[in-house]
Amino acid sequence: MTQVTPSTHIRSEAEIAARVKALESIMIEKGIMTTEAVDRFAEIYENEVGPRLGASVVARAWTDPEFKKRLIDDATTACAEMDIGGLQGEDMVVVEDTDTVHHVIVCTLCSCYPWPTLGLPPNWYKAPAYRSRMVREPRTVLREDFGYDVPDSVEIRVWDSSSEMRYWVLPQRPDGTDGMSEEELAGLVTRDSMIGVGPPKSPSEDQSP
Amino acid sequence: MNGVHDLGGTDGLGPVLVEENEPVWHAEWEKAAFCMFPFPFAAGFFGVDMFRYGIEKMHPAVYLLSPYYEHWVHTAEHYGVEKGVLDPDEIERRTQYYLKHPDEPLPGTKNPDLLAFADAAVKHGVAARRESDAPPRFAVGDKVRILDDSPRGHTRRAGYVRGKTGVIELAHGTFLYPDSAGNGGGDDPTHVYTVRFDGAHLWGAGVADPNTSVYFDVWEPYLEMEGTAQ
Repeated sequence: MTQVTPSTHIRSEAEIAARVKALESIMIEKGIMTTEAVDRFAEIYENEVGPRLGASVVARAWTDPEFKKRLIDDATTACAEMDIGGLQGEDMVVVEDTDTVHHVIVCTLCSCYPWPTLGLPPNWYKAPAYRSRMVREPRTVLREDFGYDVPDSVEIRVWDSSSEMRYWVLPQRPDGTDGMSEEELAGLVTRDSMIGVGPPKSPSEDQSP
Repeated sequence: MNGVHDLGGTDGLGPVLVEENEPVWHAEWEKAAFCMFPFPFAAGFFGVDMFRYGIEKMHPAVYLLSPYYEHWVHTAEHYGVEKGVLDPDEIERRTQYYLKHPDEPLPGTKNPDLLAFADAAVKHGVAARRESDAPPRFAVGDKVRILDDSPRGHTRRAGYVRGKTGVIELAHGTFLYPDSAGNGGGDDPTHVYTVRFDGAHLWGAGVADPNTSVYFDVWEPYLEMEGTAQ
């Protein structure tokens, strides 16, 4: 094979910004992108597609056993009932936490993540530390890095998203939530609980409307 | 390829650094860098697997030390140049210009089709599922081994599962085959399965965290039969 040495230069923030602008300006001239279309994408993932959508799915699964069954059987179709789906969630699988099994997601090879329900991933999810360690020492990472102590009696299943299937977690409904509305329950569902690195909030910690 | 992007099981990378109330975008340039996936994809620069391969070809030190979305800039530039759409000298010239004039505005070109594309792409996505009549060679419950050779080019056969045995937990149907499409070949629709590996088998009984398992997705050619689990 022909060996080409790739650049070893680590760019500064200013150099990256200039490089991006250079590429963007050429692509604009070639009709490949526009600044208004960039702004539109940025706005979608800042304000329209994020973990609130996944939380609404979880809350519905907590209150509607028939929906929960459909969600576990075929998450893509069940989410589509709520008009949730699309880019980087074309084929989704929801894995359900129980008293004996806890799930957590990672992508060791790149940064695969279910955008339609969780939005774009946080930096730590894409960073080498999480990607390298979550498959090797998941119980330790949850305890030491996230302060989430999962008892040894509970099996931890790590889903390494190596294909185009997008996995995410249906956490257990917290105690003391009987009689809460679907909307109130959605307020307890955190992004981290759908990644599997934290529990949902308990009703006493949730002060949001 | 055997590359540093294949991070599962690598030691020495430190703690997970969680940023409280992290914003979606950390810098303005990230918005355009993010768009170096959808728009060049639509313009035919790459498919999703080639996009990943372009990132894997970054220098390992740069890959590990650069901010995440810069990876996307790198792969878009790689394929744009390879296709002859982007001129490296012109990129360099403009980079120097914008370094000196960071606030210089970009052309305000309007294109309603690209605006509509943004909404449509987010809503409908880009399916990787591909129909095929090929019957599956494996079934849920089969005990399988991941082939342990080291292919050249793009693959999703991570190092830490190579040579390991597990049990097929889910069968997903047929999808684009990264080992073909990621290397500039055809779609080659191929069956995808989820294989369950015991943590103690992957890392050693005295080393692994207790009572843990890893579920890893594989394409059929990564597998050979070990036996049928009870």
